[in-house]
Amino acid sequence: MSQPDPLLEFLLRMGDNTLVLGHRVSEWCGKGPVLEEDIALANTALDLIGQTQMWLGLAGDIEGKGRSADDLAMLRDAWEFRCTLLVEQPNGDFGQTMMRQYLFDQWHLLQLRALKDSSHDQIAAIAAKAEKEVTYHHERSADLVIRLGDGTEESRPKMQAALDLLYPYVGEFFEGDATDKTLAEAGIAPDPASLRGAFDAALSTTMDEATLTLPDSRFTHKGGKTGTRHSEHLGHLLTQMQWLQRAYPGATW
Amino acid sequence: MYAQMVKSEGPKDQDDPTKLAEFQARIDAGEKIEPKDWMPEGYRKTLIRQIGQHAHSEIVGQLPEGNWITRAPTLERKAILLAKVQDEAGHGLYLYCAAETLGVSRDEMTEMLLDGRMKYSSIFAYPTLTWADMGAVGWLVDGAAIMNQVPLQRTSFGPYSRAMIRVCKEESFHQRQGFDIMMKMCAGSPAQKQMAQDALNRFWYPALMMFGPSDKDSVHSSQSMAWKIKMNTNDELRQKFVDQTVPQAEYLGLTVPDDTLAWNEEKGGYDFAEPDWDEFFEVLKGNGPCSVDRIATRKKAWDDGAWVRDGLMAHAEKARAAKVAAE
Repeated sequence: MSQPDPLLEFLLRMGDNTLVLGHRVSEWCGKGPVLEEDIALANTALDLIGQTQMWLGLAGDIEGKGRSADDLAMLRDAWEFRCTLLVEQPNGDFGQTMMRQYLFDQWHLLQLRALKDSSHDQIAAIAAKAEKEVTYHHERSADLVIRLGDGTEESRPKMQAALDLLYPYVGEFFEGDATDKTLAEAGIAPDPASLRGAFDAALSTTMDEATLTLPDSRFTHKGGKTGTRHSEHLGHLLTQMQWLQRAYPGATW
Repeated sequence: MYAQMVKSEGPKDQDDPTKLAEFQARIDAGEKIEPKDWMPEGYRKTLIRQIGQHAHSEIVGQLPEGNWITRAPTLERKAILLAKVQDEAGHGLYLYCAAETLGVSRDEMTEMLLDGRMKYSSIFAYPTLTWADMGAVGWLVDGAAIMNQVPLQRTSFGPYSRAMIRVCKEESFHQRQGFDIMMKMCAGSPAQKQMAQDALNRFWYPALMMFGPSDKDSVHSSQSMAWKIKMNTNDELRQKFVDQTVPQAEYLGLTVPDDTLAWNEEKGGYDFAEPDWDEFFEVLKGNGPCSVDRIATRKKAWDDGAWVRDGLMAHAEKARAAKVAAE
């Protein structure tokens, strides 16, 4: 089996995470629990789609086969995607959506902060821009997890259930492979495992404040980031997202 | 136009005639009425209905466009559509705030929308079936809304007028992006052009209905015009919309679905067919193609969100109590 280009692989991982999560968040449009949250959800989705354009745009340039960010988003099949399993998970209720968002944002923020010092100038520039947006996403998602965790007798169990459901998808972010090793050695991206300590510390603080209990098991599902085994959810998401491009090949929109 | 058939009320017996005359004089002099100023009860009630209906239309209006966000054909189109729908939620927010200054809460207005006591614009009870509908909605629906909202920037009630100034800036951008989608579709493959024509066929008459039936002889309507709550008659606005839109359709190479459409030199405008007003009244009664779905979706969002709103309130209360205890 030929080895993928590590830099391309890395950019797809970044861009597919933001693309798939952006899609999921956009599914909330017009259905939020309160108008301000509708606006914030749309805003988050918009930022994530904007970041996708940058990551996948650079991926297309690096690949050098003339594929645009749109081609990569709309014309790859599930096994070619490199998003983590967490972001593919369905929205569930608002609590589940915000728990997924917080778990992602907490990793995303640490990752982007590290990437700002990347030896690769374009990656550092994208990270610097995205970090500003993600700082706000993280502030909001952490705040909502805390407020709904430490809310009512009804909201707390819902948030605990969301944490129990989604925590087993967190570990995948910190699993490293040959791609990660190559990039870490080149100073392009951090070793994923190196972010775990800061992640755990922040998670623990947030969950304490939210009066929620972290599961004991560190078991993690994996296979999304490497593309070896995505969830069943991804195919349905792509069916919807890619439909027009697949149904009318070559059309411009 | 996002407020249709708003039941307007005239001055009431209890209104002090001197105050009423002073109030009218302020309006005639072009002054803005602010929330704490004296106002006739009929003025206040009519405005609550009109601004509330307008706000509800922005909120329900997220749904037909939200229907295509997850299927937008490119990342850029997805981003533009998301931004647009986000703007609409923002418009809803300003408008609810403007209505709240008149003494009604956003929650009360929401309940009234969900139980049918308040309405939203008939246009949002129609389905969006293809991507071209995103173009047609921007071009025709936002185009029609702008016709009404530009004059409303001069409306007499200060908070409503200021909300309209902000809304209009964004709406004109929305209309341009809708027209841009139509241009792309019409310059595209035969299937895309057909999709664009189909969208125009389905949205033309519902867009004309947005202005409401002729109101030139309505007593209530003339009261609203005297109070500068309503700035033009429905027929004036509809005529203006047709005159602006027909050349745009010609530019796109699309056919307006009206065999009677003809330029009338004498009046300097087009003659055109009236929409089916029976259909319009059915839509207002809740018999539009998507009426049941739209309200069911909003009701589900509201009901499913109750635990979230309660949780946030409870936490805010705990935080407040903790702060007091610490002081």
